[in-house]
Amino acid sequence: MGEPIIELRQLTKKYGDFTAVDKLTLTIERGEIFGLLGPNGAGKSTTILMLLGLTEPTMGFVRVCGIDPTRQPLLVKRRVGYLPDDVGFYEDRTGFENLVYTGQLNRLSKREAEKRAEELLERVGLTEAANKPAGTFSRGMRQRLGLADVLIKKPEVIILDEPTLGIDPEGVRELLQLIRQLSRDEGITVLLSSHHLHQVQQICDRVGLFVRGKLLAQGDIPTLSRELFEDDQSFLIEAEISADVAGLREKIAALEGVTRVTVNPDNERLWQIGCSTDIAPDIVRTIVESGASLHHLTKREYGLDEIYHRYFEGEGQP
Amino acid sequence: MNDNAKNANAPGFRRFAERFERITASLRRLRGTSGDTVTHPFWVIVNKEIGDHVRSWRYIVLLALMALTCIGSIYTASVGMRNAISTEDEVRSFFFLKLFTETDGTLPPFITFVSFLGPLLGIGLGFDAVNSERNKGTLSRTMAQPIHRDYIINAKFVGAFAVVGAMFFALGFMVTGFGLFALGVPPTPEEFWRMIFFLLLSMVYVGFWLNLSILFSIRFRQAATSALVSIAIWLFFSVFYQLIIGLIERATAPADSAAVDSVLAHIGFITFLMRLSPSYLFSEATTTLLTPSVRSLGPLTMEQIIGYLPSPLPLGQSLLLVWPQLTGLIAATLICFAISYVSFMKQEIRAR
Repeated sequence: MGEPIIELRQLTKKYGDFTAVDKLTLTIERGEIFGLLGPNGAGKSTTILMLLGLTEPTMGFVRVCGIDPTRQPLLVKRRVGYLPDDVGFYEDRTGFENLVYTGQLNRLSKREAEKRAEELLERVGLTEAANKPAGTFSRGMRQRLGLADVLIKKPEVIILDEPTLGIDPEGVRELLQLIRQLSRDEGITVLLSSHHLHQVQQICDRVGLFVRGKLLAQGDIPTLSRELFEDDQSFLIEAEISADVAGLREKIAALEGVTRVTVNPDNERLWQIGCSTDIAPDIVRTIVESGASLHHLTKREYGLDEIYHRYFEGEGQP
Repeated sequence: MNDNAKNANAPGFRRFAERFERITASLRRLRGTSGDTVTHPFWVIVNKEIGDHVRSWRYIVLLALMALTCIGSIYTASVGMRNAISTEDEVRSFFFLKLFTETDGTLPPFITFVSFLGPLLGIGLGFDAVNSERNKGTLSRTMAQPIHRDYIINAKFVGAFAVVGAMFFALGFMVTGFGLFALGVPPTPEEFWRMIFFLLLSMVYVGFWLNLSILFSIRFRQAATSALVSIAIWLFFSVFYQLIIGLIERATAPADSAAVDSVLAHIGFITFLMRLSPSYLFSEATTTLLTPSVRSLGPLTMEQIIGYLPSPLPLGQSLLLVWPQLTGLIAATLICFAISYVSFMKQEIRAR
């Protein structure tokens, strides 16, 4: 931990007048799961292509595993697995044959490739479908096969471009768990790009917000939300309280750390309490001691959704 | 009784099986594909390409077309040859080669079929080489593996070329075999070598069309577009080009009373135009190789013919005669390949 495995400095890619990636500086450490978040067309895929040496940067510095991918793409590609969004397989070959082919391209002997392919198919839960043509695979199965395909070279880093696109919620959950498990078990660094905030939130150690070629912020999600909402509350507690006890509202407002208390205009029993630190137990105690009955209480941490919106709002106003 | 026979056969069979096993094992070692050795990624791709071609429907269709051609032309040639078998001395020498060039008038001979269908074969194997991989998303996955980018395009060419070569040699030898059956005359060594050179030449010719279609498969995103463009070019050269040349010829023809020099110059000019077409180069070259009595591909004046003995050319001389044609075809093939190579290397590989 703590050792940088991907380093980008002032990385820029221009297509004619259009700047796809603008002075991107980013460091990713070994073993972490980093989520590159941004809307479509933000330059995520271009950044990934530059990391693999499939596209030359216009300017800037890239090091992956200490290697410059523009100069030595082969060395990088030997250590980095890349799963493109909407990965394709040779459809009339079976899943197993597809994996063995990739293995052999990575200079594995046929026997070794077959052995690893079998292990990986089991690992991603495709043993039963292994001998069916890849053309018959569902989207979720294809992504899992893609994951096995990436892992057959035993990479140090895997780069996943929109891995969850077009998969049903259950499939997404399974895939993300698989990714997380792989990263933890084998110490693989994962860089994944997505525009699905909630999904990324579940498994990423750190995220970077990437909009219009620029990295707006990076860090773990609590840090990001603190950075963003420092002038505001970073926790929101929702409580449903019946039998309005006089003075309760003032009591709660007087608690240390509470910034505001509002009553939902549609439903007076629903209160929203904003606070700067997590003081849910104090709030519960206050409510119960006052004699009011508490039906439920939920704590909402600011998610990426809010963070995302914040940034877009910020972008909208120059 | 039955059991006895089986038992008697068993040791012999086992010995045969063992020998077979040994032979295949040594073959595998030779090819370097026995389970434990590492095959170079380039040959892995070539293997895969050949496998894809051979399993595909399109290959089966093309193969059936070529097989029909072969059977049809053998039939018509053998019928035509039976009638001509003892009429001329000249026919009897290089009798076997007539199998490829002779016809009874109902169907074109083998060489015409090859010059017509060969391009189709090349186009059929190459028109979706790169764009279908790009559209299916396999190209970016392959590019993410530690291989040089040119392996892909080189392997595409080598794989398809190997398939074409195997097919042509199989067909050529099949024609020879059937010819032996039908005629009962074995080919002389010279005829055999002429046949081999003819097959090699056909491979180069198909290779040209293969490269052209690979070039279009890089240039155009849609496989249908690239197939259509390739076929349009093929049609242009095999049908329209001659019409256009005919028009030019008539428009620029010198008057009847013109001097010999200007008539010769005009013929030279028209031949030059014709030779820009690869199919014309191919037909010139094959005719010379398979008809040893062809002595020149240009006009001959009366002075040159004086003292001429109507004997066939030896193989070396025939080869010398078609050397420029062969070089031209190879050059055209290489140019197509070079353009596709450069444009493929410069392209950015994005997912879909």
